[in-house]
Amino acid sequence: MLKVNKLHAKIGEQEILKGISLNIGAGEVHAIMGPNGSGKSTFSKVLAGHTDYEVTQGSVMFNGEDLLTLTPSERAQKGLFLSFQYPVEIPGVTNINFLKAAVNAVRKAQGKMSLDAIDFLSYIRQKCAQVSMDEGFLYRSINEGFSGGEKKRNEMVQLLALEPTLAILDETDSGLDIDALKTIAEGVNQMRSPERSMIVVTHYQRLLNYIQPDFVHVLANGRIIKSGDKSLALELEKKGYGWLESLEKA
Amino acid sequence: MASNDHLQSWLDKDYEHGFSTQIETDSFEPGLNEDIIRRLSEIKQEPAFMLEWRLKAFEFWKTMEHPEWSTATFPKIDYQKLSYYSAPKNLKDGPKSLDEVDPELLKTYAKLGIPLREQEMLAGVAVDAVFDSVSVATTFKAKLREYGVIFCSMSEALREHPELVQKYLGTVVPFRDNFYACLNSAVFSDGSFVYIPPGVRCPMELSTYFRINALSTGQFERTLIIADKNSYVSYLEGCTAPMRDENQLHAAVVELVALEGAQIKYSTVQNWYPGDAQGRGGIYNFVTKRGICKEKGAKISWTQIETGSAITWKYPSVILLGDNTVGEFYSVAVTNHYQQADTGTKMIHLGKNTSSTIISKGISAGRSRNVYRGLVRVAPTAKNARNFTQCDSLLMGSSCSALTYPTIDVRHSAAQIEHEATTSKISDEQLFYCLQRGIEQEDAVSMIVNGFCKQVLKELPMEFAVEATKLLGISLEGAVG
Repeated sequence: MLKVNKLHAKIGEQEILKGISLNIGAGEVHAIMGPNGSGKSTFSKVLAGHTDYEVTQGSVMFNGEDLLTLTPSERAQKGLFLSFQYPVEIPGVTNINFLKAAVNAVRKAQGKMSLDAIDFLSYIRQKCAQVSMDEGFLYRSINEGFSGGEKKRNEMVQLLALEPTLAILDETDSGLDIDALKTIAEGVNQMRSPERSMIVVTHYQRLLNYIQPDFVHVLANGRIIKSGDKSLALELEKKGYGWLESLEKA
Repeated sequence: MASNDHLQSWLDKDYEHGFSTQIETDSFEPGLNEDIIRRLSEIKQEPAFMLEWRLKAFEFWKTMEHPEWSTATFPKIDYQKLSYYSAPKNLKDGPKSLDEVDPELLKTYAKLGIPLREQEMLAGVAVDAVFDSVSVATTFKAKLREYGVIFCSMSEALREHPELVQKYLGTVVPFRDNFYACLNSAVFSDGSFVYIPPGVRCPMELSTYFRINALSTGQFERTLIIADKNSYVSYLEGCTAPMRDENQLHAAVVELVALEGAQIKYSTVQNWYPGDAQGRGGIYNFVTKRGICKEKGAKISWTQIETGSAITWKYPSVILLGDNTVGEFYSVAVTNHYQQADTGTKMIHLGKNTSSTIISKGISAGRSRNVYRGLVRVAPTAKNARNFTQCDSLLMGSSCSALTYPTIDVRHSAAQIEHEATTSKISDEQLFYCLQRGIEQEDAVSMIVNGFCKQVLKELPMEFAVEATKLLGISLEGAVG
């Protein structure tokens, strides 16, 4: 599904990713953990095609295609989804209009018929219900005046609506209380399928209690310094990132 | 070969000759003097009062100086080089088919979903076919007559209803008002006239669009709308599609008169040629628009979407003379490339319990300059006057500018005035958010901009709103990226 090979990327003159290699198979859930500033969020944004970052070396293949030559919209249309750590507000644009435009843009690119207003409404209502999102939110402006939890839940509605093949969840747990965390994890778990892969980027182990990863990678200073199964996350929790940083130096 | 050349030169000659003859009969030679104005009035068979008024305006105009307070910059206009009368739309000079029309323009039409026949009309293609809309307009006219509504050209009104024109023309915008209004008063070519009788709710949106099909109005347009007691009218001006236009200077005057309890809603979509991406060409749009809520309980509402013209200079205003009258101004002004827009409103509170609302959204892109200039004046007589003003600017890129000049002049202690202003940039993060959801860049920009303008767009009549929404996206194409 996703093959990342020796990926280097910089913002301005500063190199942030310093040779990341990662293989993700269909249906797998990979957790990427690491201390602040290790490059976790950069990695997510580079995969999604954010223009602030420049890829200097390496390659990324997504379902057999060179991901790095695609525009951000094309990546999304081909099934790559990024759940943002800090979703932006877009005043005056209602969620329902935005969701409809997004779903239909993706459907169009995939050669499917677009959904009309009525079909779309019943489709999206069902998605809202899955993450206990009140329907009234559909008619509010995107993220405007939303609480932290509502913003993250909104990301989940979009994830459910767009049905991507690769979902990248960037710090989805940050700023959430335990109940919100559980709801969101439930939404994500419902999305798990043999065709859908996920990258769960997180600072803390706590989210991984609810979304069980197949693999855990630890990112430090722009490189993956250790990979393992979910027990690695627990070990990390116990010993702290300091343990790994000393490991890296060794 | 030789005979062919000969034939060709003969044909060319004949064409030249024919062309000059045509100018003699259909248009005036360039120049501005008393004689020109007399001839203009005579050709239009105007009543004597009109000619007298025009001449008075002209005498006054000669004493006036060109206004220099605006920040807009443009070369000096030589008024003696303009022609002040040309016959209705000379199609012979236009393109012969759509193949000769700027492909960029055609792309815009296609995006707006304008039918081929209308595209030909808008682009000024000479076609013999009678447009459906002309007959539609005739049908509409018959229906309006049943209600007693008068909707016709200003020339026709001067012939058929001179008493109405004489009573109201120049009462809202006197010819001494400003340089361009004065010039317009002297030489206006034509325009629209509307009268709604007492108690009548005009059964349809009145639109210049239908009338323009039949008649070209030229560069000095004069519009007068009178809503008699307790009547209502919604008037749409302009067209969302860019129109071919030979005139560089447009100096129109629009006057609205709302009597007791009457409501006038005036919506404009202005999309004249803005010039090319390098700032060459484009229309100078210097307009005076003003309404008066003359008696108690009247309401005037201006809504404008301004995306065209190289320079726009206009301030649709409301004089709140009657008690309990209401004035509204909703505006979206978009500038791209080298466009300059200086627009806003004046709300003049004279009566008691008068209220006004100003919502202005300015969007600047490219190297353009977008100015909001507004005045809220509360006279000593205007007890309990209220005003709410909101001015928001959206910048796209870093070479454009947005300026706000609000003036508030309050002479009564019981007035309530609120003013809010914001300036924001269309952020890369907003754009990336949309792109990451699979939405294409153009659609994303259009979506964000439309969200920003929502408060104004919702004031537009439905059929206008849909096209205006598309238009905003098109005007800003390539502005981000």
